[in-house]
Amino acid sequence: MAGNEGKAEAGKLMDAALIKEAVINSFKKLNPMNLIRNPVMFVVEIGAVITTYFFIRYAINGVEGGQGSVAFAALISLWLWFTVLFANFAEAVAEGRGRAQAETLRRTRVETTAKLLQDNGEIKMVSAGELRKGQVVVAEAGDVIPGDGEVIEGIASVDESAITGESAPVIRAAGGDFSSVTGGTMVLSDQIKIKISANPGESFLDKMISLVEGAQRQKTPNEIALSILLVAFTIIFLVVVFILSPLGGYLEARPDVTSLVALLVCLIPTTIGGLLSAIGIAGINRLTQYNVLAMSGRAVEAAGDINTLLLDKTGTITFGNRFANEFSPFEGHNEDEVGEVAMLSSFGDGTPEGQSILTLGKKLGIEVTKPENCVVVEFTAETRMSGLDCADNSYRKGAADAIAKYAVAAGHVLPSHYEESVQFIASQGSTPLAVARDGDIIGLVELKDVVKPGISERFERLRAMGIKTMMITGDNPFTAKTIAGEAGVDDFVAEAKPEDKMGLIRNEQGQGKLVAMTGDGTNDAPALAIADVGLAMNSGTQAAKEAGNMVDLDSDPAKLIEVVEIGKQLLITRGSLTTFSIANDVSKYFAIIPALFMAYIPGLASLNIMRLYSHHSAILSAVIFNALIIIALVPLALKGVKYRPLGASAILRRNILIYGIGGLIAPFIGIKLIDMLLRLFHF
Amino acid sequence: MTYRGWAEIAIVAVIIGLMIKPLGTYIFHVFEGEHTFLDPILGPVERFIFRFLSIDKDKEYKWTGYILRMIALDFAIIFFAYLIFRLQGHLPLNPAQAPGMRPDLAFNSAVSFGTNTNWQAYAGETQASNLSQMIVITTCMFTSVASGIVMAIAFMRGLSRRANPFLGNFYADFIRAILRILLPLALLFTLVLIPLGVPQTLKGPARVLTLEGEQQEIARGPVATLEAIKHIGNNGGGFFNANSAHPYENPSPVSNIILILLMLLVPASMIYVLGLYLQNRRQGWVIFAAIVLLFIIFAGLTMWFESRASPILEETGVDVTAGNMEGKETRYGVDDSALFGASTTSAATGSVNSSHDSYTPLGGMILIGCMMLNTVLGSSGAGLINILIYIIFTVFLAGLMVGRTPEFTGKKIESREVRLGVIALLIHPLCILGFTTLSLAIPSARNAILNSGPHGITEMAYAFTSATANNGSAFGGLAVSSAYFNVTTGVAMLIGRYAIFIPILAVAGSLAEKQILPESEGTFRTDTPLFAGLLIGIIIIIGALTFFPVLALGPLAEHFALFG
Repeated sequence: MAGNEGKAEAGKLMDAALIKEAVINSFKKLNPMNLIRNPVMFVVEIGAVITTYFFIRYAINGVEGGQGSVAFAALISLWLWFTVLFANFAEAVAEGRGRAQAETLRRTRVETTAKLLQDNGEIKMVSAGELRKGQVVVAEAGDVIPGDGEVIEGIASVDESAITGESAPVIRAAGGDFSSVTGGTMVLSDQIKIKISANPGESFLDKMISLVEGAQRQKTPNEIALSILLVAFTIIFLVVVFILSPLGGYLEARPDVTSLVALLVCLIPTTIGGLLSAIGIAGINRLTQYNVLAMSGRAVEAAGDINTLLLDKTGTITFGNRFANEFSPFEGHNEDEVGEVAMLSSFGDGTPEGQSILTLGKKLGIEVTKPENCVVVEFTAETRMSGLDCADNSYRKGAADAIAKYAVAAGHVLPSHYEESVQFIASQGSTPLAVARDGDIIGLVELKDVVKPGISERFERLRAMGIKTMMITGDNPFTAKTIAGEAGVDDFVAEAKPEDKMGLIRNEQGQGKLVAMTGDGTNDAPALAIADVGLAMNSGTQAAKEAGNMVDLDSDPAKLIEVVEIGKQLLITRGSLTTFSIANDVSKYFAIIPALFMAYIPGLASLNIMRLYSHHSAILSAVIFNALIIIALVPLALKGVKYRPLGASAILRRNILIYGIGGLIAPFIGIKLIDMLLRLFHF
Repeated sequence: MTYRGWAEIAIVAVIIGLMIKPLGTYIFHVFEGEHTFLDPILGPVERFIFRFLSIDKDKEYKWTGYILRMIALDFAIIFFAYLIFRLQGHLPLNPAQAPGMRPDLAFNSAVSFGTNTNWQAYAGETQASNLSQMIVITTCMFTSVASGIVMAIAFMRGLSRRANPFLGNFYADFIRAILRILLPLALLFTLVLIPLGVPQTLKGPARVLTLEGEQQEIARGPVATLEAIKHIGNNGGGFFNANSAHPYENPSPVSNIILILLMLLVPASMIYVLGLYLQNRRQGWVIFAAIVLLFIIFAGLTMWFESRASPILEETGVDVTAGNMEGKETRYGVDDSALFGASTTSAATGSVNSSHDSYTPLGGMILIGCMMLNTVLGSSGAGLINILIYIIFTVFLAGLMVGRTPEFTGKKIESREVRLGVIALLIHPLCILGFTTLSLAIPSARNAILNSGPHGITEMAYAFTSATANNGSAFGGLAVSSAYFNVTTGVAMLIGRYAIFIPILAVAGSLAEKQILPESEGTFRTDTPLFAGLLIGIIIIIGALTFFPVLALGPLAEHFALFG
């Protein structure tokens, strides 16, 4: 299953090939034209250039007084370059993983050949890569569908397991809500004509990849806001470090340039600055692991802010497939009889509905053995019934109107109150199936919506996140209320038409709320387009997929919950690392300020509370710690800070403790340890 | 520090805590046009003024219209003050024959009073005529405070309004601030101060025969009135050159405590007003608690540091059991002086009852630190605005940490607010650090420092911190009468006020247009002790990170040199 593969890959964060590529890319990313997009690391690079210049000057001309030394200048320069490289590496790894994931998904569609239907009606074999939007291809049983498109003629069953991991075939037919097909899936039966809907390079996968790759990546709104804050800190520390020379000069204390650059790099928020883009890319990658393709980074971020979740009842809260709940006989027959016939007609039926009839029968204690020498009558889209033809009898079950036609054709009269009974079951929100023996209708099976197991726990989780769930259903209010109560949604809208979703979303948005919804039908498209997060099902129509800003390859609407969690995780990771980065600065001051001025103002040695060994070891320790912490936090940036639906205050308390207080203390320990190591070399 | 010192801090904190609710509610009612108990008297006066000046109080302006009117009025007043200072030699009411001020001194003085700084570069008794004192200084002591208060009111309206970009009518707010808040308070506390021994007379100096048989002139005048508005409005410009160390300005420890309360009263009440605007009093109390806690810590630290005199003084054999009494009045002692010092620097007042230059290095560091943070209450209005800048950043970080786009009171903090907030946040430290360093680098300016070594850095930093924070207190030890200092401190005062007001009111305008989001489980609450703690942490860490190097080379270096 594609989904599991993705998760398995996530398990080992980096493999050797990926790391090798990332290392090469981190050097490529040293290009200042590229780095200027990240002002914090750009400043570090300029700093590295300056210290390298002084190193070369010292190496050639000898040290010009002060506290400089060739070895010190060399080591500081080296570690400043490492700092930039480490940040580049984080970004390169995140990009590499995104690309790798996309490749896995893309692999299915490369070597496909397509049967292109030409204007003269002839079929020409072409490579899938040559297909253009608007062209029509033919796909028959056994063919891999060459590209995303819409069925314009015919009906076929399609195996979408390559994309969704779901083994049961799905029906794809022209017109209606199930007309969309995805490249890489396989036609199992029949023949369809497909109108290709995307040029190569414009498919959802390609859009997703462009979000991950550096060149075209757009910063998201929150990323921009945070960048502004980081730039502000950088400006402040530039000024603070810049004034140290004249301030110290007043006291006849003139620290060397190498040390000042080292202080600057330690103070500016390199930890978050270096990891910021990696965090953003990793958020999109995490979605891909869940088989959700994001079309914009903005949507991923918005997911974390969702206030209201609009959910279709069918397929989301309840199984789209309904389960047998009751056998109801017509006059002259009893429950066991109906059950028996229903079960007999379901022996050849592998669908969940068919299986549920067998399960119900067994539960009611109806013993039926499968008779020998019978022929299974398969369900088809035309007959809309299935059953079993044996030597003596024939058994059928199917849609009420289809069975009625079948009965009349067989010369039987419909039972009295047939219409009313069917209507009654339908009015309860259930689906009636008629059961017939030898053309005689003997009863109905009530197929009932069953709430998915565990769904109420998921809604509980959403509630803890502060998200209101709203169920939308075409059912009557009574049924809707029953299901809503069972599932534990906060609110429901009954007897809703798909068009009503737009109004609902506008209403919620008018109150300042952010709304997420899932949808698959063409009539969902306008609502998907205006929703802040529109998660389109891959099984849905092309229109729906284009209107939404995310596509779920598994077509599992309940996945919105993961999407929301990933959005929150993205922001939490950013916030926590920013806090950590700033909290780190306190210790760096205590390491570097006394080191800079101790020689001139002996009293300031009292500020050296870590008792660092020497001027050089103190500054170098701080710089090394500053560089290593970036590498150390790469896995966290890629995985994201764990999100728990605990309520805002609990999360905040926890993160302040770990990243705020931890960020204050950790560098004191780290810098001291590095200093002890350097002391061994009498640095 | 002594138990009496602790008790005084506690008394001040408790009394302020008791006073902010009634005063805050009154202020809120005044600006929202609700009924107040003074309506029968002030209502007709206000209506008359509005009609006379053709002010339509119901015509509201967006942030641009509001701040333009504020700046226009402030600069008109500053320009008017400049003219009077320049021309005072040719104008009436000049018995001492004070000549017109030099352009740089007139600029500095006009800006100083116009921006609620009250930095006094001139010698009051000889360089300012009675006309200047009466018209310029007294007027500014009301107008500059009023424009600060209404800025904060406009900001709070921006926070509380729902998709409504209008922030109010500046002129109406301004007149209400003077007429309904400052005048009644000044009158009330003038009456409180007179019985405590603060003179209130229009007679000339008293001539007395001293014990030695000499004739002496003792200056006096309408001191009580000035003393009241000087502290209520966080002005700080003294009637006498000795300021609040003068026995006529601040006769006793009792008057000392009352003056401290007056300084803190309006800034603290404004925080309560915030709670009322947000319809969340708890929010007001939480911020108040955070800020008052900072105040208590800083006041306590100042007392503690001042309780020990320098070892050098100890070695001379002077009795140092009372603590560092250098530069302090014996009527107050160390604790009362330290509390007053912490209050005047916290609340951006600038009046002094002791010589800040003579504080121990660490004691002096706390005083300068309070001004650097600029948020430990701060002055009336401007202080709350500075606190709100920090709140925005606290909310931003906290919001990210809980996984939501940050919001404060239901308003989303997005890149526009962060960008403008960052400008407001950066202006203050950049102005202080820039001017301090510039002045240390320019030889002629550097030579104005009377002390060598780290203390000199402290003196220079104090001057520009005081100017930028619109505090106005002087550290001393710096000859600031040159044209260079008159111009640079004047510019620092302008930057410290308007370069912060403009972006921050733009934030208010931007927030005002936003919807208020409903609260949910996922919303991070800002009215909790956790938020108060985080706010304190952010204020201290950002302040410390910004100013640590200056403080290390100034007061800390001096401390370690003196105390080892």
